[in-house]
This record gives sequence, C-alpha cells and structure tokens, in this order.
Amino acid sequence: MIGTLATILCFQLVGEVASRALDLPLPGPVVGLVLLVAACLARPALADRIRPATLGLLQHLSLFFVPAGVGIVAHWDLLRQHGVGLALALAGSTLLAIAAGAWVFQAVARRTGAEDPTALKDEGAGG
Amino acid sequence: MTGMNDPLLIWSYLAQGPLLWLTATLLAYLAGDACFRAAGRQSWANPVLVAVILLAVLLWATGTDYRTYFEGAQFVHFMLGPATVALALPLYDNLPRVRKAALPMLAGLLAGSGVAVVSALAIARAFGIEGSVLASLAPKSTTAPVAIGIAERLGGQPTLTAALVLLTGIFGAIIVTPLLNALQIRDWRARGFSVGVAAHGIGTARAFQVNETAGAFSGIGMGLNAVLTAIIAPLALRLFAG
Repeated sequence: MIGTLATILCFQLVGEVASRALDLPLPGPVVGLVLLVAACLARPALADRIRPATLGLLQHLSLFFVPAGVGIVAHWDLLRQHGVGLALALAGSTLLAIAAGAWVFQAVARRTGAEDPTALKDEGAGG
Repeated sequence: MTGMNDPLLIWSYLAQGPLLWLTATLLAYLAGDACFRAAGRQSWANPVLVAVILLAVLLWATGTDYRTYFEGAQFVHFMLGPATVALALPLYDNLPRVRKAALPMLAGLLAGSGVAVVSALAIARAFGIEGSVLASLAPKSTTAPVAIGIAERLGGQPTLTAALVLLTGIFGAIIVTPLLNALQIRDWRARGFSVGVAAHGIGTARAFQVNETAGAFSGIGMGLNAVLTAIIAPLALRLFAG
C-alpha cells in the first residue's frame, strides 16, 4: 500500500514538473496519469502490483471532494445573490450536456460499428 | 480551578490543530457513505452532498470559519491529486475498449462539452447574469484546478467558480442514473463518458460506484473536457457577453 502510494506520488511529481517546465495546458496530476498509463503499457507487471491499493483508493474518490465541497458554505451569500439564474443554468446545462453526450456517443457507436456488447447495462454480471 | 481539563481549553487546543477537522471530515464522509448504502446505492443519497451538509451544520454550530476547517481538511483535499493519477489504472485496464471507441468518444466530447458551456451561458444570460459571474460560470463542467485557471483568464472569480464546479458535480452525479435510464442509454461507455464530460470528478466518482467500465470512460471524459473547455469557453463567452 505504501509502495503503491509512493509510486503514484512519483508520477504526480514528474507530471507536475513536466506540466510547469513545458508550460502544458494540462495540470500536473493529469500529466502523471498519462505517464502512468504509458509505464503500465511498457511494464504490465507494474499495473498488477499497484492494482489492489489503487482500486481501493478510487472506491472512495468521493471523499476527496468533501473539503472543497464545504467551501460552498463560504460562498453562500454570493451564490444566493444570483440564486435562481445560477441554479437553473447549472441544472439545465448539466442535464442537457449529459443527455447530449451520452446520446451522441451511442448514436455514433452504432453508426461506426464501435458497439461493445460486453459493456451493456443489465446484461450479464455486474449490473 | 481552570486546569487543562477545562472543556473550553481543550476545545481551543483542538480548534488550532488539524486533528479535529481531519477526523470530522472522515467521519462525515463515512456517515454519507452509510446513508448511500442504506438508501440502496441510490444516486440522490450522494455521499459528498451528505458529508458537506453535515460539516456545514457543524461549522455553523461551532462558529468555525472555513479557513480553520480547511487547515485540517487539506490532507484529504491533497489526495485529489494522487486519486487523479490513480485513474490511470482503470484507463489502462480498459484500453482495448477505449481504442475501439475513439470516434464515439470524440463525437460525445464535442456534443457534451459544447452543450455544457453554451447552454449554461445562454440560460444565465436570459436571467440577466453578466460580467465576472458569467465568466465564472463558463468552465463549471471541468475539473476544479483547470476550471479555476480558465475562469481567471476570462476575468471570472476563482472562488465562485470553485463553488459552481462542485455544485455542478453533485447535481450531475445525482441526475445521471435516472436521466440516462429515462433516455434508455444502456452503453456503460456512453453513460460514464457523458457524466465525466458534464460533471468531472464527482460524476466520475459516481460512475465508479456503479460500474468500472463506466468509471474508466468517465475519467477519460473528464480529462478530455478539461482540454476542450479551455478552447471553447473563451469563444462562447465572447458570443454571449458581447
């Protein structure tokens, strides 16, 4: 577990340095993500070694958003000031964006023969 | 009379260190997670939402300001970076699926990202919102660090953007399952990808709760949208602010 955390932190560190040194539009952790995928492709044994602890970490991904989420309280007055407009803009646009993204993805997958029968809801195990 | 066993002294000692609010954050999350399980893993019982409400009430009741809270909670907040790097593993595990889905992903990204920015600005503009608030709203579907960077460049307010990003994520995570069930979208890749594009990491956390393939595609959607929104948001803002 500590070994996995150290591995992940190393990739984040290299990603952070690369992002700043090369002035990339992506934040450090995202660069670290890309580098870690590349490292797993080069050495599949690495993926097997970090898999248990990494999947454990991702199961509680929600936890890491809580401190920033509490920050909403600090901005409550500003949010309330523009209440109805902001609420409708957030809710409406998020609803439309999810619907549009999923619908277009599925439609293009059907049209280009990129369907994946193993990735369907309510089919086989893991529904 | 007043020794170290005075409750007020103990409180002022605890209120200064990170232990109290770090512990409170973990306990609030565990309570949120317990609610989520008790509700049969229904999306409306979002663990982030429950934990945020519990902590907000606690901060209000104890008269603690957000800065003091964050000094303890920053250790949890820090883990957002490593967790983002950790998304590499489900991406690697799903790489054959991802290669096969390049075209649908590209189309879904353009549709989801474009609709997120343009419809948010259009609705807000219709309600008379303009200036720095409109600029703060434009990147709200992207992951927080990127959204704040975009908002700063557009003349928005970074702290307002952070709050809007979080509200978008929580709303998206709650709405995605019933919405896509109603639209009869059964492809886990499409379900995950679209919520990653529209509701970033909190949407991705929701996707991982439901299905690992959905989670992997959601992580990709979140990453790609961060890049695309950096390009789209300034153009769309010029359209609506002008």
